[in-house]
Amino acid sequence: MQYKASFFMTALGQFLISFTTFIGMYFMLSRFNSVKGFSLSEILICFSIVLMAFSITECFARGFDVFPRLIRSGDLDRIIVRPRGIVFQVLTSNMEFSRVGRLLQAVIMLAYAIPACGVQWTWDKVLTLALMLFGGVAVFTALFILYAGISFFTIEGLEFMNIFTDGSREFGKYPLSVYGEGMLKIYTFVVPIALFQYYPFLYLVGRSDNLWYAFLPLLAALFIIPCYLFFRFGLRKYKSTGS
Amino acid sequence: MRKYLSFFRIRFIAGPQYRAAAWAGIATQFAWGGMNILMFRAFYESGQNSFPMPFSSLSSYIWLQQAFLALFMAWFFDSEIFDSIVSGNIAYELCRPCDIYGMWFTKNLAIRISRAVLRCMPILIFAFLLPKPYCLSLPADLLSAVLFGVSTVLGLLVIVSFSMLIYISAFYTVSPMGVRILATSVIEFFAGALIPIPFFPQWLQPFIYALPFASMQNTPFLIYTGFLSGWEAVKSIGLQLIWFIILFVLGQLLIKHAIKKVVVQGG
Repeated sequence: MQYKASFFMTALGQFLISFTTFIGMYFMLSRFNSVKGFSLSEILICFSIVLMAFSITECFARGFDVFPRLIRSGDLDRIIVRPRGIVFQVLTSNMEFSRVGRLLQAVIMLAYAIPACGVQWTWDKVLTLALMLFGGVAVFTALFILYAGISFFTIEGLEFMNIFTDGSREFGKYPLSVYGEGMLKIYTFVVPIALFQYYPFLYLVGRSDNLWYAFLPLLAALFIIPCYLFFRFGLRKYKSTGS
Repeated sequence: MRKYLSFFRIRFIAGPQYRAAAWAGIATQFAWGGMNILMFRAFYESGQNSFPMPFSSLSSYIWLQQAFLALFMAWFFDSEIFDSIVSGNIAYELCRPCDIYGMWFTKNLAIRISRAVLRCMPILIFAFLLPKPYCLSLPADLLSAVLFGVSTVLGLLVIVSFSMLIYISAFYTVSPMGVRILATSVIEFFAGALIPIPFFPQWLQPFIYALPFASMQNTPFLIYTGFLSGWEAVKSIGLQLIWFIILFVLGQLLIKHAIKKVVVQGG
């Protein structure tokens, strides 16, 4: 927070980046009215949940995003010898609050979209929304941990992982069924984005009565376990770069 | 001229050093392009009549975008240049017996071209082999292929001369991070990197075409896909040339002004 002007410019820029995405989406939907039967306000629910979960995760788990740098510079060695949990230290090493720009936009979009969709605020809907958000943060955190885990083996940060982290944010703006059956399966069983974005969303807007859909984000949160185990596995194999 | 050529060579050779990273990048871009095409397919299925161009042209547009991403990427800024301005190392650069604008310009050109050369071929080949209508199709005729080539070069010159203005702004702001992010999002949006410009609402299009951003990736890709042809294509190439000259001259003037007033920050 030392450079106030720069902080606000950066936050504004972050806001603008996701805002232009919103405008693009708006242009497309004002031309086509709906996509695969979903209206703009319904899509905005998906977009805002994903964006919100992603920016919250980025605020706190940013340390895992710059993890390859810790390995390359050898700073990780210092972290390992300290008598505190490594995950805790990485989490606290780097917090990025300029992401609030994005978060703000997500909140505004959600505040607009929920009444526009005619969602009645009953306790189950509130619970669904909270679970979606929780599941989203869990899945994105898991992806960041996985990314850090892979970099034990590659040393370089892998651009390929961007498909899952940035890509999920980018393509999660539409309900995932838009991309076709095959993609929906991948996003259900391989990277469980659909479990917190698509299925509970169907329940939220009343397209499905299946109450179980609302609890799927909890299942998605379990994704963090294999990712964490992989991270531990990488840590055991870790050899310092020596620099 | 020879010294600029050697700047170009140094940067160009540095590009292909990280081959594994390049392959990972290619795979990423391929997946990214594929997802984009699937997204547009959903729109195409909902309303074919409101689609401004045939679906196969759109696929070509997206593949070209991925293949030449490095040429037209809006977010790329050479942090060495910013660092040299902020840290004061610019003083050394100023001592060199060559024009600083020309030096930075060739540096940026070389980085973009070398990345694009490394990455474009695999993506283009893969995209050609995909089934219709998801594949990259050939340009309509020989003339549009030639015009596409000319327009790509001009588009590259326009985006580099625009990013020069952002570098120069660091002389005045010292903390370039904010300007950089702002510029990136504005360029991305108005250049048609998020959604192609023909998909923008009708009333907005004249304004968009009046901005320099439409002369970056938009023009060559629309020429390739046959959206712009004949006289229209020639006119937009003329517009690219005009924007390049304006931005280039503006950059020269600004950098002269900045250097005259430059205060090197100790260090």
